[in-house]
Amino acid sequence: MAKSQHPTPMLDELEKGPWPSFISGFKRLRDEHPSENINKVANSLLGQLEHSYETRKGYWKGGTVSVFGYGGGIIPRFSEVGEAFPESKEFHTLRVQPTPGNYYTTDMLNQLADSWEKYGSGLITFHGQTGNIMFIGADTENTQHFFDEINDYGWDLGGAGPCVRTAMSCVGAARCEQSCANEHAIQRYLVNEFVDDVHRPALPYKFKFKISGCPNDCQNAIERSDFAVIGTWRDDMKIKQEEVKNYMNTKGRQYIMDNVVSRCPTSCMTLNDDDTLNVDNSNCVRCMHCINVMPKALSPGDDKGVTVLIGGKRTLKIGDLMGTVILPFKKLETEDDYEELVELAGDTIDFFAENALEHERTGEMIERIGLVNFLEGIGVDVDPNMVSTPRQCSYVRMDGWDEEAAAWFEKKAEQAAG
Amino acid sequence: MAMADMREPIESGCPDGFQYMHPAMRKNFGMWDYHEDPQPGVLKHVSKTGDVVYTVKAGTQRILDVFTIRKLTKIGDEFADGYIRFTIRSNIEYIVTDEAKVQPLIKALEDEGFVVGGTRNSVAMISHTQGWLHCDIPGTDASGVVKSMMDELIDEFKQWNMPNRVHITTSCCQINCGGQGDIAINIQHTKPPKISHDLVANVCERPTVVARCPVAAIRPAVVNGKPSLEVDEKKCICCGACFPPCPPMQINDPEHSKLAIWVGGNHSNARSKPSFQKLVAAGVPNNPPRWPEATGIVKRILKEYKAGAKDWERINDWIDRIGWPRFFEVTGLPFTKYHIDNWRGARNSLNASTHIRF
Ligand code: HEM
Ligand code: SF4
Ligand code: SF4
Ligand code: SF4
Ligand code: SF4
Repeated sequence: MAKSQHPTPMLDELEKGPWPSFISGFKRLRDEHPSENINKVANSLLGQLEHSYETRKGYWKGGTVSVFGYGGGIIPRFSEVGEAFPESKEFHTLRVQPTPGNYYTTDMLNQLADSWEKYGSGLITFHGQTGNIMFIGADTENTQHFFDEINDYGWDLGGAGPCVRTAMSCVGAARCEQSCANEHAIQRYLVNEFVDDVHRPALPYKFKFKISGCPNDCQNAIERSDFAVIGTWRDDMKIKQEEVKNYMNTKGRQYIMDNVVSRCPTSCMTLNDDDTLNVDNSNCVRCMHCINVMPKALSPGDDKGVTVLIGGKRTLKIGDLMGTVILPFKKLETEDDYEELVELAGDTIDFFAENALEHERTGEMIERIGLVNFLEGIGVDVDPNMVSTPRQCSYVRMDGWDEEAAAWFEKKAEQAAG
Repeated sequence: MAMADMREPIESGCPDGFQYMHPAMRKNFGMWDYHEDPQPGVLKHVSKTGDVVYTVKAGTQRILDVFTIRKLTKIGDEFADGYIRFTIRSNIEYIVTDEAKVQPLIKALEDEGFVVGGTRNSVAMISHTQGWLHCDIPGTDASGVVKSMMDELIDEFKQWNMPNRVHITTSCCQINCGGQGDIAINIQHTKPPKISHDLVANVCERPTVVARCPVAAIRPAVVNGKPSLEVDEKKCICCGACFPPCPPMQINDPEHSKLAIWVGGNHSNARSKPSFQKLVAAGVPNNPPRWPEATGIVKRILKEYKAGAKDWERINDWIDRIGWPRFFEVTGLPFTKYHIDNWRGARNSLNASTHIRF
């Protein structure tokens, strides 16, 4: 083996320094793995990567590879310099859906590693930016064998291409006191309703779900998903005045003034003369700041639910967009509540499928047709929580005003009647 | 394989996580009361049931070889009841219920070269993309950039030195799958694509490519007697959006594909609404194997943030308070015409007031 090793002077530089080195990992596969095939693939991959470092160019191209029965889930990679680096000339990636929150037993992780070293390169990424486990490096035939094996013990492919993608959620209720939702259930209800749309790309473009248990949005859902579900609460936040005093005693009054009270975005906190803390809950926007600073003293209320924001995405094609509020609050307690959330997602995807241009994301479609047309399309009423401010320009035709105003009052009356 | 031997997939979708979740998390699901931060890299969560769990978080190389996976699982078997999870920034987390196991677990991780940290007001693990290793459109590597930077930022990962947490991201093309970050290091192309006209007709669906361009700079053309595409180079913003659907429109250039640095992206709703990152530096050389120029700028920004921000201010909060002129002043970065936005919605970013700090 040693005689034909590709030299890697530039990559060797990445073995220096204290952070764990992926290059050292590749070399272990090249030098120490019992499978000769893995040794060769690692050597070849190192050679091609070194070549990229020298020339500052990538050498992979796409193609078409899928597993039997599915249209997506594999990212095909064929080398453009396969003659020089033949053993890794087919280096496809399998995207596999992890559990919400990315839990594994060590046994399961070992089992996945065992399967992967039978068929693949021995390299796995936990996880890609969309959330998949990325098994990187198998040829076309072994892609199928590997999938068959792990599919038998409970793992399925994620999305790739214009389809519903693998979803992600924060750790949430499993280990976080701020959680206002069962992220785990939300993710599985949503994405598993659309397995067909995950595996058989037929949408105008990708569609992503992301779930965060509270407005801290550890999962980046607002910025990075077409359909963001974020936990929140409607009633008063909980205050343990005793614990407020404890913070005061350890951190000092000024700290509480400077870091809690004065940082509230809506100025809804006051510190009373007796060192108790007061919150004007009707003006609290549930930003989480004060709760983050004093997690022992403050916590979300009991009347929990979720806010749904639609249309977040990254740069291509019209620039980055955040999701906008479509559903200010939805309780998620009963089976029916979850069904309604899934229905909203289904209506959104249907409308997207019918109305988006090719390669247009949901947010871009909304930008093009206007939020109101989108809302009418999915059957959701307008709500002042959907805007930062009302319209600023008078150039609009408003001869439907009276009907719209009447509809508003009618809805208010219905709500009041319960 | 003959069709008849093909096995139908089991469309199980997203698997149930409870089967792999530490029993203490399962038992206390939705019942957590509060948490404390006993030391960097360690969280202590207390449940309303009275149960307590400790989480030890460690940074890894993200792209894990099977040897590394087995090292990590062995540590999990020895100290953490055989359960682990990964964070969205690819850190590994072990959950332990026995406080006495925390220090030995940390030692075991550190002995194997993993880095315990990344909690609270630290520089978290840099989130990254695929790069030259296995994407088909990258202008740079991803794992190498991150390894080089984390080598330099490791102390900030291991300690609580920052005013608030710092999320750094990298992206190896202008699609930016790396996402928003307090600091983002992204490829920025500076020249229009070079077109291999002989290949276009065979490889590209021309109307698709024309439609992909955000500024309508591409039109069909006949070049050397063959159907191809033409780019209006005055209009072209060098974004590279035409390259994925049409590889003959080569956007990546060893010299002219540079790195740009952006700051102030923040996904949290805490204090201010979520914010997108803003351009601060460009023209940074794409310089493998260790990209020292990019790391230098990141460190300079972090130094000023650390010196100037108040507790709990993220980078965007800090700049909101001190203003952009002062940001450029303290970091010593040049302010150029390229910082003034001209994309859609740009007017919202202009200062239409006399709010000026002197
Ligand atoms: C040639 C094509 C492309 C390849 C090979 C590619 C590959 C990838 C991969 C491997 C990931 C991580 C996936 C995972 O976690 O499983 C990813 C994420 C992502 N990609 Fe792409 N991508 C491509 C094109 C695009 C395009 C055209 C866009 C633009 C809109 C895009 C936007 C993103 C974003 C925003 C993410 C991360 C998003 C998130 O947080 O979910 N990608 N891409
Ligand atoms: S988003 Fe909220 S609930 Fe989820 S992990 Fe972050 S702080 Fe906890
Ligand atoms: S959660 Fe935010 S808005 Fe509400 S009181 Fe606390 S700091 Fe103010
Ligand atoms: S940022 Fe671009 S080049 Fe990098 S992995 Fe994502 S799509 Fe590929
Ligand atoms: S690089 Fe961008 S702007 Fe230039 S032609 Fe291609 S798609 Fe259009």
